[in-house]
Amino acid sequence: MSLYLLALLAAAVSGVPGLFLRRRGGEVAAGLLGLAALLGLTAALRVLAGGAGGTLLLRTAALGAPGLLVLDPLAAFFSIPVLLLSFCGGLYGVGYWEGHRGHTPILCLVFGLLTASLLMLVMASHALTFLLAWEGMAIAAFLLVMAEDREAETRRAGWIYLAATHTGTLFLFAAFALLAKVQGHWGFGALPAGLAATPGGTALFALFLLGFGFKAGVLPLHFWLPPAHAAAPSHVSALMSGVMLKMGILGIVRFLSWVPDPPSWWGGTLVALGALSGILGVAFALGQHDLKRLLAYHSIENIGIILLGLGLGTLGKATGHPVMQVLGFAGALLHVVNHSLFKGLLFLSAGSVLHATGTRDLERLGGLGRTMPWTSGAFLAGSWAICGLPPLNGFVSEWLIYLGAFRGLGLELGLGRQAWPLVILVSLALIGALALACFAKAFGAAFLGLPRTQAAEQAPESPRTMLLPMGLLALACLAIGVVPALFAPALERVVGVLSGGALGGGTLAGGETLMALAPLRMLTWAAVILALLALLLGRWLRLVPQGRDLPTWDCGYAAADARMQYTASSFADGLVRGLRWALRPVAHLPRVAGWFPHPARYESHVPDPALDRAASPALQLAVRGAGLLRVAQGGALPVYLLYVLLTLLALLVWMVA
Amino acid sequence: MLPAMLQFLLHGLTVLLLPPLLPGLIAKTKALMAGRKGPPVLQLYYDLAKLARKRAVFSRTTTWVFLAGPVGGVAAVLVASCLVPFGHTPAPVSFQGDVILFAYLFGLARFLTILSALDTGSSFEGMGAAREATFSALAEPALFLGFAALAKANASLSLGTMLAFPGSLTARFTGPLILILAGWVIVYLVENSRIPVDDPNTHLELTMIHEVMVLDHSGRPFALVLYGASLKLLVLGALILTPALPRAPQAWQNWLAFYAALAGLAVGVGLVESSMARFRMTKVPQFLVAGVLATAFAFLLMLV
Repeated sequence: MSLYLLALLAAAVSGVPGLFLRRRGGEVAAGLLGLAALLGLTAALRVLAGGAGGTLLLRTAALGAPGLLVLDPLAAFFSIPVLLLSFCGGLYGVGYWEGHRGHTPILCLVFGLLTASLLMLVMASHALTFLLAWEGMAIAAFLLVMAEDREAETRRAGWIYLAATHTGTLFLFAAFALLAKVQGHWGFGALPAGLAATPGGTALFALFLLGFGFKAGVLPLHFWLPPAHAAAPSHVSALMSGVMLKMGILGIVRFLSWVPDPPSWWGGTLVALGALSGILGVAFALGQHDLKRLLAYHSIENIGIILLGLGLGTLGKATGHPVMQVLGFAGALLHVVNHSLFKGLLFLSAGSVLHATGTRDLERLGGLGRTMPWTSGAFLAGSWAICGLPPLNGFVSEWLIYLGAFRGLGLELGLGRQAWPLVILVSLALIGALALACFAKAFGAAFLGLPRTQAAEQAPESPRTMLLPMGLLALACLAIGVVPALFAPALERVVGVLSGGALGGGTLAGGETLMALAPLRMLTWAAVILALLALLLGRWLRLVPQGRDLPTWDCGYAAADARMQYTASSFADGLVRGLRWALRPVAHLPRVAGWFPHPARYESHVPDPALDRAASPALQLAVRGAGLLRVAQGGALPVYLLYVLLTLLALLVWMVA
Repeated sequence: MLPAMLQFLLHGLTVLLLPPLLPGLIAKTKALMAGRKGPPVLQLYYDLAKLARKRAVFSRTTTWVFLAGPVGGVAAVLVASCLVPFGHTPAPVSFQGDVILFAYLFGLARFLTILSALDTGSSFEGMGAAREATFSALAEPALFLGFAALAKANASLSLGTMLAFPGSLTARFTGPLILILAGWVIVYLVENSRIPVDDPNTHLELTMIHEVMVLDHSGRPFALVLYGASLKLLVLGALILTPALPRAPQAWQNWLAFYAALAGLAVGVGLVESSMARFRMTKVPQFLVAGVLATAFAFLLMLV
């Protein structure tokens, strides 16, 4: 515990020296974040290995809670991606912000504060600490999104994000107030059995789902996410997408761990939301040609996959089937870590592209594989993992959820619930296939083929400080993918906490361990054989002489150039057209008239309907409504003092009466 | 019963040596149907031997990703071939959940093939890659719905038991099984780029899917591409043949039945190709949705 608190402190002050140092502030911050990662990971791994955690108590009776900060397996588990990604982000920031004018030291400081709030948030076990850390995280992230506030697009993204996150917080305030009313104190802990079935339990579930759903980016509450992730500096996007969204999941997971007897419709709701977010998330991603927006929509998709797992686990808990419970929760939790690893990796490599070429537009990139081989390899590794392809980590977590759903098919779940496992299976299959198409498009358009602009042709490879974090994350993806069995005991312990009651204490019901349910070792063998075969075949290819320096065969035409290349938009066109009922793509067709038409442009994009058609009008309505209240705000100090006096008087009268 | 070692050996030899025969059988069937003599059945073996000795030519646009397609495509399908039983003979490797690994290994092969096509920078290959990605996105649900229906019926997550169990068929499962197989035959035609989805013999690059993705491959990489395609015919063929085959008491009978069924499948594909034309590209998704619906109905029937 003390190690962990030291880590928190190191992260919080990581940006302070940079304020006073003339130079090398970024390096010092990265070093401190590295120290924090070392200390924190030691503490977290010790807890996950079965060691005792710790509790920070504040001796005030008024708070009336068991503890303010608790380092339990769940907290330890969620802190791993926080620590890893903040270190990688800090190191990456050194190179990324080099030559960036303005307020770099402040941004470094805020980055450290964001990390510290995240570390505090995972441990929070009291409404007060939780909301404090939550707000700290929200505001720090807002400041970081606004890093390039000279651009109107960034400012808009920042304000939308701030509005969305505070709307979510509002729901959380209501939820925690209700929780305190139900259990009589503001601490976190198991709720009484039977509560979940009451209207109060339903209200709690709805409020927490709304509040945390905003943060996690569950469809249709995701509208703030794509613009904010696109506008933020890339390592901040990595931290936001990889870790901050997961805090919404952490909230849902914490809540589920308190409820001993969730009704099965909670599981159904989670599955339905997961399927919606997953399928539409990847569908919208297909329509994007801004690399970072595309990645942001994929975060929504992956949150969907996590919710599918959580829903499956909850269904299992509700219907008394530990097999579904264990596999669903294990898959969801592992996907939390996996997604932060590969999405962090993808955002960092996308940032590397942006850094080198100055654009995020896929249609202006191409051929980067030759000038930026390391970045290209990193992006390929990330794409490989996010598509859930073996033998990288994305496959392992999706495999666990698949296994749980397949097992669920054969179990007796009761009328009306039998369909949920099938929904999970088919959604996962569809998401997998669409994600594959989307990342083939993204990687192909940016890194393969011919460079479409001069900037892409002359893009330099990024400095080592940016490549190193990417390599680290790629290695982590590979490790979890190839030897998942190594991580199973820790996962089992966390699933034990989440499952509560029947499965508490790390041992699972009926002696069915995760390893027995899911033969993870076989994946290692598959990976090894696959690698050996690939090596062998690659060797065989190189044994004959090769001819080079010839043009691509373009059906007899020898002067094919980059303008004839298939674009990212064309690649996705078939699927976007097929999904146009949901995506509503907008195309600006060129007007071609007369015998000698002028040069024309064709443009198409997929706007976000949740933002343009729902959130923006709702916000405008709210602003107009707030205008009515402006009558009360004269701006004169005496009037406000009068309000205070009147309120106090009213309270006094109420108290006496 | 044959000893396990011998079974594995037979499985491995089948995977390595048999595949190039299948395209030969298909081509021969088509030729005979059209009243031609046609190339010899072993033509693909000759082609592979020739390509293996030839120099490979690479476009100056390509990178190492260009080779990852053929290499990864064959390697992934070879690993997948260890998981599938050939008729009522045991699969060499079998574990709970191998069915998902099987499906995703094919995903891996497809991903690398698409990337390898995009690496050339050719607009034609980009077009083929886009079609491959689009159509397979619709084939995936059909495949998984079929797996779900089979898993529902016999509560196993392993291809070995899942596919083999209808061999001891009861009347109750006949209807759903026919629907599953109907859906999977569509998946088979899509994944192997056969008529009516794609025409492997067409000479118009604009209308092709799989062939256009490998326009730039030559020499040994192209040999791998051709071998990989025939391997897919075999491995996915085993997927749709195994549930349809009756179980025989002797192992050698099971092997014989599998080889006979495989030859029958190749002839069947040849007959389909001889009797109909390729669909217009816009009709292909409808064809695929038919496959999804067939397997979905199969699952519904399993529920009752």
